[in-house]
Amino acid sequence: MWTYEKKLQYPVKVSTCNPTLAKYLMEQYGGADGELAAALRYMNQRYTIPEKVIGLLNDIATEEFSHLEMIATMIYKLTKDATPDQLREAGLAEHYVSHDSALFYSNAAGVPFTASYIQAKGDPIADLYEDIAAEEKARATYQWIIDMSDDPDLNDSLRFLREREIVHSQRFREAVEIVKDDRSQQKIF
Amino acid sequence: MDNTLPKEYYTKLEEIQAADFVVLELTLYLDTHPTDAQAIAQFNQFTRHSMQLKKAFETQFGPLQQGSINPSKTNWAWSEFPWPWQV
Amino acid sequence: MNSQQPFQSVRTYIPPRSPFDPCPPIGRKFYSTPPHLFLGVQPPDLPQFSPAEALRKGTLWKVFADYYENPYRKGGKPRHG
Repeated sequence: MWTYEKKLQYPVKVSTCNPTLAKYLMEQYGGADGELAAALRYMNQRYTIPEKVIGLLNDIATEEFSHLEMIATMIYKLTKDATPDQLREAGLAEHYVSHDSALFYSNAAGVPFTASYIQAKGDPIADLYEDIAAEEKARATYQWIIDMSDDPDLNDSLRFLREREIVHSQRFREAVEIVKDDRSQQKIF
Repeated sequence: MDNTLPKEYYTKLEEIQAADFVVLELTLYLDTHPTDAQAIAQFNQFTRHSMQLKKAFETQFGPLQQGSINPSKTNWAWSEFPWPWQV
Repeated sequence: MNSQQPFQSVRTYIPPRSPFDPCPPIGRKFYSTPPHLFLGVQPPDLPQFSPAEALRKGTLWKVFADYYENPYRKGGKPRHG
């Protein structure tokens, strides 16, 4: 089970009213390499991964949910007072006609989230390599969003999230080493 | 509804965020380095520190953690402002 | 692999160019090679940031810090508004 704390992992500040940025951020909300995909990917893989790295998948999955909450906070703040005209100008008319300013799990192009974004092969190496790739793809996505954004406060939070992808990638790489080098097992030649 | 919070809310919350961040970083580190005694000691130190900070914060600003003692006998504080995305 | 020498975490390459490419050349393309790619398994007792600084940087350990800035914007006009 999980319990909730009424705080974000990292402060989210947004300095400009810019719904276009909200549209870009949806890539990390309901996109293929977004935070929802990340959380669900690791949460689901943890059941069948070797026991020595279950804790890591569990804990990174949990952190990803707090990143999802940060991204949601950014999108919420960037769109909450936007008029339909402003949303249209931001390229969010299609979003508005279906959702008003409600958040929805879709990517920046409006494609709804799908479970096929995530994999569970059951092979520890294949799954951990997928996880490393997912972290690097999310890191790259944060870079491209920062490249598109002129909001210094928002970029500060995005830099935090990008750095977390680096640390997660590091830990998944270490998990590969743990799975490769299991000394508790008899070596069979 | 005026939802302005004192500056102290933000500074105290960020102290907690920083302490919890250290706890989380050490958690992930220990998940792949489970016998690092120094990291375990630092983890326990910051876990205690975070608990103290949260206790003080909740006395001043209301419940932060689900399951914390409700400060009023007649008013359910948990579901009141502020939620994290509102501050 | 444990790399002590300072390294550049942004690398570049020049995309191949044909005489019939319609856009003016972008010059260099950039990509990140953050420090974790070179560390291997993290050794114990690496230098840490203070808690407040760690939160700001997004990492407790200095070795992983990798500040990102739009590399196409340096000294020039932003590509996007």
